[in-house]
Amino acid sequence: MTTQAWTLARALRLAFLSAGALIFLAPYVWMLSTAMKPREEIFSSSLTLIPERWAAVENFSKAFTRVPMLQLLMNGVIVCAVILVVQVLVALPCAYALAKLRFPGARLMIAGIMLGLLVPIHATALPIYVALSGAGVLNTYFALAAPFMISVFAIFLFLQFFRAMPDDLINAARLDGMSELAIVLRVIVPNAWPAITAFSIFSVVAHWNDLFWPQIVVTETAMAPPPLGLIFFRAAEAGDDYGALMAATVVVTVPLLAAFLLAQRRFIEGITLTGLKG
Amino acid sequence: MSGLALRGISKAYGDNHILRDVTIEAKPGEFVALVGPSGCGKTTLLRIAAGLDHPDRGGVWLGERDMTAMRPSERDIAMVFQSYALYPHLTAGQNIAVPLAMRDLTVWQRLPWIGSLLPGQRVIRADIQRRVFETARSLKIDQLLDRKPAQMSGGQRQRVALGRALVRSPAAFLMDEPLSNLDANLRVHTRSEIVELHRRAGVTTLYVTHDQAEALSMADRVAVMMGGRLLQFDTPEAIYGNPAHVEVARFIGSPQINLLAGEVDAAHGIRIGGRLFVEGVGATPGTRVTIGFRPEAIKLGGPGQAGLGASVQRIEFLGSETLVFLEFARGEASLVAKLAPAEATFFRPGQAVTIAVASGEVLVFGADGSRLSVSPAMRMAANG
Repeated sequence: MTTQAWTLARALRLAFLSAGALIFLAPYVWMLSTAMKPREEIFSSSLTLIPERWAAVENFSKAFTRVPMLQLLMNGVIVCAVILVVQVLVALPCAYALAKLRFPGARLMIAGIMLGLLVPIHATALPIYVALSGAGVLNTYFALAAPFMISVFAIFLFLQFFRAMPDDLINAARLDGMSELAIVLRVIVPNAWPAITAFSIFSVVAHWNDLFWPQIVVTETAMAPPPLGLIFFRAAEAGDDYGALMAATVVVTVPLLAAFLLAQRRFIEGITLTGLKG
Repeated sequence: MSGLALRGISKAYGDNHILRDVTIEAKPGEFVALVGPSGCGKTTLLRIAAGLDHPDRGGVWLGERDMTAMRPSERDIAMVFQSYALYPHLTAGQNIAVPLAMRDLTVWQRLPWIGSLLPGQRVIRADIQRRVFETARSLKIDQLLDRKPAQMSGGQRQRVALGRALVRSPAAFLMDEPLSNLDANLRVHTRSEIVELHRRAGVTTLYVTHDQAEALSMADRVAVMMGGRLLQFDTPEAIYGNPAHVEVARFIGSPQINLLAGEVDAAHGIRIGGRLFVEGVGATPGTRVTIGFRPEAIKLGGPGQAGLGASVQRIEFLGSETLVFLEFARGEASLVAKLAPAEATFFRPGQAVTIAVASGEVLVFGADGSRLSVSPAMRMAANG
């Protein structure tokens, strides 16, 4: 790798990949650029990336003052955390039981989980909404988190991961005096970090960015997670103030990027440290 | 100290009978090897002893205690797995400490952070540390205690697995082919170490292996299993010299025992190649039988001497001994003789020789494989 010659093929490959990366990054670059621009430059006919007059402070202060931005971020953190914690707490023992214990109906349950993977939230949204509405819990964190607390995807992912864990490891734990709960906590979880981290990335990204469900159960800005907050912002405050809107979008995107980079590092550590063989 | 008894164990998965009425009773402090080809049910039997599997019929007893319905953790039995089954996220020292921590600390004391605040746990933890270190030192792995399994060699992992089993001084040891993942040199070395450990600890041990040499060399008594049945349970000497079944004779011993098909004649003798080979067989005339004799029982002579005529096919020099492969009765059967290298220098491939088998070395098996009695008057007619 290090001594590879700068061949034409390599240059072509690099150019091709760079072009691809540019296409995917363009919206983000444009978002950053717009967040820095004053209003009149955004609507000017010339396309420039670097603003002539920097309006970052103006835009970001608008984003933080016109809407309760901190409240939105906090809502997002709470809802994502509740969803993730409950998902993992439910899915770990479920997946362990299905992967490693023998009991009647296990195959049927696995089939049920596979079926569950095929049903989108949009299909069940209406009945769940009616139930939550009937219970009088609309506009709460619970309403935001409830439909996602049991994740068949998490169970499925952990199930696949646990199946690869050697049975003897669990048998050894049983002989060492561990209960099934202790096995999950002391043997399965410490060795399942790569799977848990991978799932956490999926879960947090999906629910941080989710707009569909919050739009159904939340009508108050105080309860809105970030994307819904942006919608409210645009409708009520910003109008055509795209600079401030993009600044707010940047603020909403950054925590996710940071979390992802941190988790990614942990994720790779997890893979290299876990020598599951023999 | 207590003995470990498996009584009348049967186990089937659907129509697949894994174990059929197997009874093995290990005396207190005894080292019993379970040996047999793969799929003979020996590992299932061990798992039943550990409580990881449940028998359809029969029971497991530790001394006077009926353990059949007990969970593995209540049995006070330690097991060494073929794959070692070390916890990959814990260091060697933590691995060895697990069974002690699970037994000696309460649920609350084991909790992270909170546990360290509870009274009494400091003394117990110090005691656990001390015992882990002692066990590690006796296995010569005390310098490895901070390493994780992934950073250790196969032999080192195997020792850690042994340490995890030894540390809590269990009432019985179960070992499931603990040496099969080691290379040949290390295997022979570790074999004697395990025997030495057993001698020192004096704990009743059930040892599963598919390697007959391991079973013979390590165990006080050997149980030979085949197709879910216990064929013979006896001392290594009896298993080798006095096998109860043709399958036992075939499985035990390397090179394999020589087996020839024959038929009992009217005078209760068996003729091989037209010559009377055995007399006084306790079976009705006309019975199809198999006769067997060990490679070292064969005496080879020059063409002129009395005995069965055969020709030398191939000679293998193995250092301390030489194997002579013989073709007998014009390719109908092949035999192998084990000779001292000095004796074997007289023979060349293609040479005509005569075979004689020492009196008392011939075993006769009936059509169902069971051993047939041969009267004391038995005489080696082949010897002239």
